[in-house]
Amino acid sequence: MKDFSQLKKNLKKDFSNLKMLKIAVLGDTATQFLIQALRGLGYDNGFNLEIWEADFNQIERQVFDLSSELYEFKPEIVIVFQSSHKLLGKYNKIKPEQHSLFASSELEGIENIYSSLTGNLNAKVIYYNYTEIDDSIFGNYANKTESSFLFQLRKLNYELMAFASKNANLYLCDLSSIQNQVGKANFFQTSIYINTEMVLSIDVLPKVASKTIDIINTLDGKFKKCVILDLDNTTWGGIIGDDGIENIQIGSLGIGKAFSEFQYWIKKLKNRGIIIAVCSKNTESVAQEPFEKHPDMVLHLDDISVFIANWENKADNIRQIQNILNIGFDSMVFLDDNPFERNIVRENIPEICVPELPEDPADYLEYLYTLNLFETVSFSNEDAERTKLYQIEAKRASVQQKFTNEDDFLKSLNMLSLVEPFNKFNTPRVAQLSQRSNQFNLRTVRYTDTDIERLIMSKDNFTFSFTLEDKFGDNGLICAIILQQENSDILFIDTWFMSCRVLKRGMENFVLNTVADFAKENGFTIVRGEYLATAKNEMVKDHYPNLGFEEQPNGNWELNLNNYENRKSFINIK
Amino acid sequence: MTMDRNEILKQINVIFIDVLDNEDVVIEETTQATDVDEWDSLTHIQLVVAIEKHFKIRFTSKEIQSWNNVGEMLNCIQEKGI
Repeated sequence: MKDFSQLKKNLKKDFSNLKMLKIAVLGDTATQFLIQALRGLGYDNGFNLEIWEADFNQIERQVFDLSSELYEFKPEIVIVFQSSHKLLGKYNKIKPEQHSLFASSELEGIENIYSSLTGNLNAKVIYYNYTEIDDSIFGNYANKTESSFLFQLRKLNYELMAFASKNANLYLCDLSSIQNQVGKANFFQTSIYINTEMVLSIDVLPKVASKTIDIINTLDGKFKKCVILDLDNTTWGGIIGDDGIENIQIGSLGIGKAFSEFQYWIKKLKNRGIIIAVCSKNTESVAQEPFEKHPDMVLHLDDISVFIANWENKADNIRQIQNILNIGFDSMVFLDDNPFERNIVRENIPEICVPELPEDPADYLEYLYTLNLFETVSFSNEDAERTKLYQIEAKRASVQQKFTNEDDFLKSLNMLSLVEPFNKFNTPRVAQLSQRSNQFNLRTVRYTDTDIERLIMSKDNFTFSFTLEDKFGDNGLICAIILQQENSDILFIDTWFMSCRVLKRGMENFVLNTVADFAKENGFTIVRGEYLATAKNEMVKDHYPNLGFEEQPNGNWELNLNNYENRKSFINIK
Repeated sequence: MTMDRNEILKQINVIFIDVLDNEDVVIEETTQATDVDEWDSLTHIQLVVAIEKHFKIRFTSKEIQSWNNVGEMLNCIQEKGI
């Protein structure tokens, strides 16, 4: 991780080609260094963060005065940093009989800030939670004394989590966990605080900036979806080919505890929706044996979406995994104990994340915890099902090989699609897909739950969600369309994104037929589409011409409905 | 073994160059914050922390505010046994 002075040197670099994002920072202590660290680290993450900083200790004035500079600036993200030191200051000033209600009244204040911000801005709010200060008035007894500061601070952190869990646009940045990791003496430097009102030490600034940028990256659709595991000395201790199944270290054998705990961590990631793949230099049957037979293995074959064990080069194998899963290399993490393999993969596939695992397997987990690799801004039940979906996809691929005629194969799938406007039941999934879809996404406009609720109410927008199921299984909601009425003739396709899981099933034709039917029924004559290129959506560059749209002088694409005939599709409406 | 005062000055100069990100900064005993463009109250804190780290010392809150020039900063560092 770069230190503060290195981040600061980034500020002199050329930001002009980077993605611009407007961020407001509201703090009750001095935040100049934090802002420099954020902008500097933003550069390394491809962002030109345009940061507006409220004058020190102006949070309330900026938030509750709707004519303030904050609202004039129109940020896309508002960072609110109320420090524990100021919190303690407030606690110190109130009457002792009010101490027991302190957290509740503070939470109320935060709720008001949040609703004013989100009610008057189209912005996400990142709120820094509270690092612990034990003022040692009660000693350990503070833990059973409701009026103690420690009790109230911890209660406030807990209540903040409960509040955030119900408010989609509130993201907590876990400052408290950073202090746990580095220790209070490293987090906070008293002499600096007394001289400058800054509560973050110079050394902790990059960590705080990084934890914040993790959220911003994820909101921008950049996050990890898959972890690829080496086996020997990564997933278990020892070499299965040499040591044999009874001598590899997992469970109680040797340092097996380190590997068992590592496997539990991977299993939890899988349950959260991270795809697990294996890439190992081994004979496949030998590599799979522990998964099938070893009683202490936590991971089983049905946890693994793609299992590749052979003697080929790992970079090529990872390319094959990428090909099957159809996700970007930059959303993959490769874990391997061997520095040589790590370097080969890094050199050949620079986008992939390859952590420098420590030499001692006992350190793996603690090290991985510090990297915060798997930040997310959503979690739904479908995440937990993802492994199954990819396994079904592998099965479907093997059946497809038996059909020589593509149409016969598609017919044989008995595909059904449920077409519905966005509603409160499908909103979370639509929002999630909007964040996740990078490749099949024509304009890459990201929508959150609240944005979608706004669209549902809008009279000028029409929304469609599509599910797809076939004889092998249900893919769930995999495609969404947002149409915007431009005038009585023209409908504009504001958004068209689709999960890459359902490519090559004729879904595009089915969706366009649906849109065309709707448009005709409502008297429109032209459907207009637009392709906005990103680093990742090359796949749909020719989407509109392929569907018969004609190019316009301004680079847009138009489909005239007067001579539109339904396109070939083997999908039926459910 | 304590360090020669000129040697300390030389090492601090390197820190100034790095923190202020300016290769041309030359400091002397009599140099004041107002003599160096980039040396404001914020970068002062960065300098203080970098010097603390380099010599493995800690300044008190009062010391951080007290120096009128580089020479006085050097006195303070030497008082800490460097």
